Parts: sequence; structure tokens; C-alpha cells
Amino acid sequence: MRTRVSLLATALLALSGFAAAPKPLNVVATTSDLAALAREIGGPAVTVTALAKPTEDPHFVDPKPSHLVTLNRADVLIEGGAELELGWLPPLLDNARNDKIAAGAPGRIIASQGIRMLEVPATFDRSKGDIHSLGNPHFMVDPVDAKIVAANIADHFSRLQPASAEAFKANLQKFNATVDRKLAEWQKQLEPFRGAKLVTYHKDFVYFAARFNLDIVETLEPKPGIAPSPAHLAQVISAMQSSKARVILVQPYQNRKTAETVARQTQAAVLDMPQQPGAIPNTVSYFDLMDHLVRTLAAGLEDKQ
Amino acid sequence: MRSLPIAVGLALFGAGIGTAQRPDSARADSVRLIRSPWLPDSLRALIQSLQARLDSLAEASRQGAAAPARASGSYMNIGFDGLADFGWSSEPHVAALQLGDHDPRVRGFTVPNAELSLDGAVDPYFRGFANLVYKIDPAGETGVELEEVYFLTTQLPGNLQLRGGQFFSEFGRQNAQHPHAWAFVDEPLVLGRMFGGEGLRSQGARLSWLVPTKWYTEAMLGAFNSAGSTTSSFRSEESAEIHGGVPVDQGVHGLNDLLIVPRLASSFDLTPTQVLLFGVSAAFGPNNSGPDARTRIYGGDLYWKWKSARATAGFPFVSWQTEALFRRYDAAQRQSAEDPLSTLPAEVLRDRGVYSQLLWGVKPRLVLGLRGDYVSGSPAAFDSELRAERTRLSPNVTWYPTEFSKLRIQYNYDDRKGVGTDHSLWLQFEFILGAHAAHKF
Repeated sequence: MRTRVSLLATALLALSGFAAAPKPLNVVATTSDLAALAREIGGPAVTVTALAKPTEDPHFVDPKPSHLVTLNRADVLIEGGAELELGWLPPLLDNARNDKIAAGAPGRIIASQGIRMLEVPATFDRSKGDIHSLGNPHFMVDPVDAKIVAANIADHFSRLQPASAEAFKANLQKFNATVDRKLAEWQKQLEPFRGAKLVTYHKDFVYFAARFNLDIVETLEPKPGIAPSPAHLAQVISAMQSSKARVILVQPYQNRKTAETVARQTQAAVLDMPQQPGAIPNTVSYFDLMDHLVRTLAAGLEDKQ
Repeated sequence: MRSLPIAVGLALFGAGIGTAQRPDSARADSVRLIRSPWLPDSLRALIQSLQARLDSLAEASRQGAAAPARASGSYMNIGFDGLADFGWSSEPHVAALQLGDHDPRVRGFTVPNAELSLDGAVDPYFRGFANLVYKIDPAGETGVELEEVYFLTTQLPGNLQLRGGQFFSEFGRQNAQHPHAWAFVDEPLVLGRMFGGEGLRSQGARLSWLVPTKWYTEAMLGAFNSAGSTTSSFRSEESAEIHGGVPVDQGVHGLNDLLIVPRLASSFDLTPTQVLLFGVSAAFGPNNSGPDARTRIYGGDLYWKWKSARATAGFPFVSWQTEALFRRYDAAQRQSAEDPLSTLPAEVLRDRGVYSQLLWGVKPRLVLGLRGDYVSGSPAAFDSELRAERTRLSPNVTWYPTEFSKLRIQYNYDDRKGVGTDHSLWLQFEFILGAHAAHKF
């Protein structure tokens, strides 16, 4: 009898909770990796849209009018920050007419907040390429940084929707626990390759390399955002030969042909290492993506040993 | 004797601090110390308060690493843009071919646009923008103009936004763009004819409403002063070149004497990689051919763009942009400017024009462009060079070393009815310094 009463009470509570469930927060993220984290933390209490396509260069997104409409209706905007979206987000925000996502509002989340930024330039000089004055913005592939971003997201979500604060907290704990468990696995998978030499196209694996004790010896771009020149590629090839770097990491929007040309002359492999979930099939969540990155890199390094 | 436990306690505590890289063990030490029965209350309180401070310091240093993300720059963005042209034309009087004030104007070198742009948040309610333009005219004299200075509201309710100051009216697509955002060396002929060399801009205000539809729709209504050299077709003193009469300034008596510019624009994502943006605009206001004379301009514009889903730095892409304009200029009976003894009859001057441009971003940093221009006007009592039939074809190639510089080469084939054909070749170079504002779509 007591069981039945408590069951009934639970059902009633659940029902009333359901009836009183607040409207899901309309979350807009600039990129798919941030969107994936928002889904982990928000669960059913949020709906999430990403502005940039997962295959697209997050530095160069067209500020389409449809993005304006999306931002106009957003309750929350999550941006990478550190000038990642400098070339396209400001004109959209100027016209979005949405003070919920204005700078400093609870609905505005800047992912780089609280991240220990790498490669913060001492001087701002564009002759050194397209450097970001706040540091390298490609920090999401370090799972420890992803935990900081997730905590930031959970904090803002809770302020905006206090009724779901407990759920956000639980989701954050679950996310953090999963990161801790998976990070140990990923570190184990990459441990045999400690100190392995890598080449990347852009300076976009700096945080990943620091976390997993890898050594990036060269980038195909001579300077950030500057297209590879034959002279620089010759230098990359000789550096790869002397350092025995045997893998080149590329993202979907980077010029794979250039990487393949260099790989042919250095007996290296070109590895598809997208940083955005959804850029290749079966990478829906942040963990799918990181699994893919670690697995692809470990297999690539193993092959070349 | 009482000093012994104090000394021991402080030593232990000091050791705790000394091994601060292990805050957990230090904390355990101090907790043990606080719990010990022989510790005087005053010391216990001291240690407790010190431990609390230590905890909060540890927390602070853990978060951050948590240095708050610093906003880039200062309270305003400062950008500078320099544009230079070099080239030759078969027409010695180049300005007769080139209608825009920021076009190449002479054989040889032209510095048609050096622009200092400032923008930033004024406060939580407004954003402010200013564009100061310096240009060197064909005589080598430097001219300065306050091209734009305006505020934009950020917090109006109901999806509304107000803009006020001096700014380019949002008529069509290219009028509101600055020269460095153009895909060609020069201004399309139809815009030069309808709006003059400086584009349609004036002092005024514009209210915009982002319509709550599923797709993008924006309705805008602008009201501007109708006089000045940047209101060609209206009360500009240079209007005599259109109607051939002595300008009659009627002054401003009512709202009707302002320049009114409505616009409706809409956009769809046709596919994830294709966008269509189109709009209709109009401009209504008085002109100075006579006391009650008025001008009406109507325009339609279309922009389509495809960009690869795996675009590198925005390439490859294909875009197509077209604008068509029609002007009805009610010219009053007027005294001829050329011959004060003769009178030009009241008549309606009808002009139309179109340009269409195709851009192909072949591979990163390289764009091929082709533009066609056509303009014509109805016959009138005064033969204006600005109303004669004319066509132009302009292929070009642009190379962007980065998004902060560009090098462009353009050929113009011009055909002016009654004058003949001309050939021009122009090289253009541009650089951008500082935090130049990103462009709108």
C-alpha cells in the first residue's frame, strides 16, 4: 500500500514537474563543438542551433540574413571568443536586436572565458599573419578546457532557467565524469606515442598536442592564415625529414591536396582530423569527435612507426 | 609554557604554507591543529581565519587560470583603409567615363579613397560609427569629407532599430557599401546616374523593423534632408546637369520636402550552401527644376551566393548580383541654364538602368568577375550627357593576399551612344589597417 501511494506521489510529482517544465532555452552556438557541449549540459531543457557548418572554416563564415533571424530569437549565444568569430559575428549582432544576448547579458557565453590561453602574442603585428590578440582560439580539443567551457555553460543556463538548475548541475557532473574517464583512456591510447612529431595545416592542434604530449614541428601555413608557399613547403619537407614527422593533420576546409603533396615527398600520411562534431559521419557528440581524433591519430602514428 | 603550543602550531602552519603545492595536506594539518584540545581559542580563531583565506586564494588561483577573457582593443575599433588606382583610358577626359567619386579619375594614378573608420558601443543603448574619407582629386588637392557619422540603437523593443546621423541610405544593395567592399574598381553606371558620384546619403534617420517571419524580412523607412551634393536627383545643386535649367530651391515647408526612402528586403537559404537575398526600394522627394517638381526612383535588387560547404577562407564561391532602377523626374517649366532667354518646357524625364555582376571565387584568394552595365533615358528638351544611352562591359581579376589587402585588374569596354567606344585598363590596390569592421552579407 505504501509503495502504491509513493508511486502515485512520484507520478503526480513527475506530472506536475512536466506541466510546469519551463519552455526550453533557445541556444545558438557559433560552432558545432560548442553546440555539442550545450546539448550535453542542457539536455531536454534546451534546443540548440549552430551557425557555422561543421565542415566550414570558423574564421570565415558568411553573416547570412538567416543567421540574423536565428540570433534575433535566441535566449543564449555561445561564442568561442578570442576573436575566432571576429570576421562575421559583429555585423550580425549589430542588427540582431536581441538584448538577451548582448555583451555582458546572462544569455551571452564566451567559451574562452576562464581558459588558460596559449600563444597570446606580446605584440600585435599582422606581418606575423592573422594572429589573435587574445591567444590561439582552438582550445576545445583539450578535454580539460572543454570541462571549463561546460561549467561556464552550466552556470549561465542555471541563471537563465533556475527551475532546471539541478538538472544542469547533474548533466555537468556526468559530463565531467565522462571526460575524466575518457581522458584516461585517450591518454592511454596516445601514451605509446609520447613526444611524437606532427605537422598540422594551421595552428589548430596546439592545445591537443600540449594535453597529449605530442610535438608539432611545423605547420603547412608559413604564418597563421597565410597560404602555404612553395619555399615554405620545402622547409616543411626538410624539417619533417630531419625530425621524422610522419603525419600531417588536416581539417575538412583545409587544402588536402597541399598536404598530400608534402606527404608524398616525406612518406607521411595525411590524417583527417576535423575539430567539429558532425564534420564526418558518426561524430555527433563531443566524445564521438574526440574518440575519432585519438583513434585516427593513434592508428596513423602506429602505421608510420 | 603557553608559548610552546603556539610555536608548534605556527611551525606546523608555516610548514603547511611552505608546502603550498600540496594544499590538501596543508589543509589537513591545519584542521588537525584547530581540533587539538590544547590550542588557545584566540590562536584557533586566527588559524581558522587564515585557513579560510588560504582556501579562497586557492579557489581563485584554480579558476584561473581563469583570467577573464579580455576584450580586444579599447573602447572603440579604429580602422584605416587605403585605396589606390593606376591605369589608362582611350578617353583623355577620364571623368567623363567614370561617374563615381571613388573611381579612377585620370590617366595615371588616383588615390580615390582613404578612409578612417571608428566604431564601438556608446553605452548599453547605442552603437556609434564614423567614416572620415580623404581623397585626392585630379588636381592633386586633398579633400576631406564626413562621409558617415551615425548612431544605431541596440535596445528598442518590437524588433525595431533606429539609425540617425549622416549615412548611406539603404537603397538597393551597393549604395550602402563602402568602395573597399565593391567587387569592381568603379561604381555601376546606373548608381552614378541616379545617385551621383557620392551615392545617396544625407542627414536623416531610418527606422527598421525585423519582421517576425520564419525567414529574414526587414522593412525600413528612411527620411533625409533632400538638399546637398549627395542627393543627386533631388535638391542637389548639380541637378542642373539632369534637367538643364537654372535650379530653383524651393526650401523645406513640410515633411513632403524631405527625401523619403522605403525598403523591403527578404532572404532565404535555398540550400545549406546557397542564399538568395532580394529587395525593393524607392526614393521620393522634391527636385529643383521648379517649385513643385518631384522625383521618384524605384529599384529592385537580387543577390545570390553559393559557397562550398568545405570553403577554405571563404573559397570557392559563386555570386550573382543585379540591380535595376527606374527614375521618373518631373521637370517643371524652367529657365535654361545655358541660354537665360530660352525656357525649357515642363516634361517628365524617364531614366532606367541595370547592372549585373557575376563573381567566381575560383580558389582561395582569387576571384574572377564580369559586370555588364546598361543605362538610358527618354528624349527631352535638354540633351544631358547623364541621360544618354550607354553600355559597359567590365571583366576583372582580383587577388587577395589576405583579407587585409587586394590587388585588382579591370578592363572596361565603354560604348556611349553618339560618342563612340572607349577602352580602359585599371589596376587597383587596397590595404586595411587595424580592426576594420567585418562586412555585412
